[in-house]
Amino acid sequence: MAVTEAPPGPQADERVRRAGLLRRLLARPELGAVAGAILVWVFFALVAGNRGFLTLDGTASYLAVASELGILAVAVSLLMIAGEFDLSIGSIIGASGMVIAMLNIEYGWPLWAAIVMAIAFSLVAGFLNGLVVVWTRLPSFIVTLASLFIFRGLTIGITRLVTGRTQLGGIDTDAPVVSWLFGGEIGRFSVSIVWWLALAALATWVLLRTRVGNWIFGAGGAPDASRNLGVPVNRLKIGLFMTTAFSACLVAILQVVNFGGADVLRGTGQEFQAIIAVVIGGTLLTGGYGSAIGAVFGALIFGMVRQGIVITGVNADWFQVFLGAMLIVAVLVNNYIRKKAAEAKR
Amino acid sequence: MSRKRLFWPALAFALVLLAAGCDEAPKEAASSGESGGAQGGLNIAVVTHGQASDPFWSVVKNGVDAAAKDTGNTVNYQAPQTFDMVEMSRLIDAAVAGKPDGLVISIPDAKALSGSIKKAVDAGIPVISMNSGSDTYKELGVLTHIGQTEFEAGLGGGERMAAAGVKNAVCVNQEVGNAALDLRCEGFTESMTKAGGKVKVLAVNLADPTDAQQRISAGLGDADGVFTLGPTGATPALAALKADNKLGQVKLATFDLSPEVLQSIADGEVLFAIDQQQYLQGYMPIVFLTQYKKYGVVPTGVVQTGPAFVEKANAAQVIDLSKEGIR
Repeated sequence: MAVTEAPPGPQADERVRRAGLLRRLLARPELGAVAGAILVWVFFALVAGNRGFLTLDGTASYLAVASELGILAVAVSLLMIAGEFDLSIGSIIGASGMVIAMLNIEYGWPLWAAIVMAIAFSLVAGFLNGLVVVWTRLPSFIVTLASLFIFRGLTIGITRLVTGRTQLGGIDTDAPVVSWLFGGEIGRFSVSIVWWLALAALATWVLLRTRVGNWIFGAGGAPDASRNLGVPVNRLKIGLFMTTAFSACLVAILQVVNFGGADVLRGTGQEFQAIIAVVIGGTLLTGGYGSAIGAVFGALIFGMVRQGIVITGVNADWFQVFLGAMLIVAVLVNNYIRKKAAEAKR
Repeated sequence: MSRKRLFWPALAFALVLLAAGCDEAPKEAASSGESGGAQGGLNIAVVTHGQASDPFWSVVKNGVDAAAKDTGNTVNYQAPQTFDMVEMSRLIDAAVAGKPDGLVISIPDAKALSGSIKKAVDAGIPVISMNSGSDTYKELGVLTHIGQTEFEAGLGGGERMAAAGVKNAVCVNQEVGNAALDLRCEGFTESMTKAGGKVKVLAVNLADPTDAQQRISAGLGDADGVFTLGPTGATPALAALKADNKLGQVKLATFDLSPEVLQSIADGEVLFAIDQQQYLQGYMPIVFLTQYKKYGVVPTGVVQTGPAFVEKANAAQVIDLSKEGIR
């Protein structure tokens, strides 16, 4: 559980110091994803290096894809370590984007106010998800599968009712602070990369250095024992559902500001992509084990494959085949590594 | 030990990637083999918003593939799985990173795609747009646009209707508020009015075909012509005419082709269908880009691929071509 996660700091425990570098690496859940990311990069560097994969534009293009998925994956990794799923985030992306677009275009709200409202909406949505899971004690897979459809249906229904359309465009995204925060570019790189890395750093810090982090590992690994030890498991889980919903809203904001509009179908399927990135990153589906850094590399692999295939010149239709194959390979590798890690611990 | 551990996943990754790559390899070999005689040798990227499941876009893709073969160029066709502008712009970004000799795109949402398109133009890649984007291509720095403009197509439909002797027509609009469809009705109305006829716009809901049929039936009045904006509107309109025994007296025409519409034209139940010949929307951009790279010549303004008309006389031929994925 969490105890073995503590990285060797300056005053590292002597038990940790005795283990060799290899064993310490083995114990990290993200090892498979880091190795996979290097492999995928080398592969595309060889295959598509002369077609632009290694250029600044090529790098910016896969980092842009990886960053948006990564924002989701980092939040989802926390939730999955705590033993829960959130399948509704794709729908929340669509809904939050529409909240911003409708308030701004139909009701004339300034962009920043519409964004604040969308954040509030997403937090309420996440709160409801968490509340239903905690109250009914149904598996979160079922509860959020239901809210996946409910949020998507509400988004389509309400948007059509109010505007008669399913896409809203023409948002003026030149609002000063907003465009700097969400729409800027650093060189050629999208600002979403900064959000991605900042959130990953924050999540890693929470997981490894705070009490809440220990609660998360405990709630996923041994919920009853944690409850008996006084961990507020219910409040923790509701908070984590709010975190994933917020991450979905953040992605929606980035998309609305960068593309000047919203579509009721935005984010379809992203909930599964996020789970895949997290699993590739070494987090266990059963909870109690995993890392946010792994999710970062899972998303990176995802982005590199997604854009690398297009740059290589293979039809993007094949991407889903890769994705499925990668998922199986990642899980097999992770299982193998975990077995080795368990041996190394002894 | 660590090397051994990485070997199997590495092998698995490589195998999967190779397996998917294999499909493309023979195609590229075929087109480069062809280029021995033809000019060719260019690397052109095509990114459209057409979903893989839509038969309309399969025809476009067939046009692209045929042009690639005829010009001896390597063409890479990409489209998002669903109608998704975010994903489409990512595909354009990836295509641009590959530094192609030319780029062909459709522009269904100029605002959402402008960033990616401008990146391509700034990188010095010649860009041609097709299908959608006739009113926005210029300001984005796109060389030329190939497609059918809705108003002009409606205009052409009205002229045909009037020439067939229709004086009092109904324009059946299944999506009032959809700008493209409204423009079709407006163009139709203008040319009909010019010819001395009159037009009434009838809004229907196609989600319920029975209701649509009833509404068309009730809305006909003393009209002697019905103009629908797509095969999905033509089917209930045809059913309404049949039910009311008006098949001979009221002339029916429609936008766009479907197997059902084509058969009805061959049977003489539908007067004509407007075809935007999307095969050319795939074929022409590749040819234009080839000439542009070679001699710097390119058409200016919008190149119209429609309206072309399918009537009883050519319906049989079109049905055959439709089976081959060309119409």
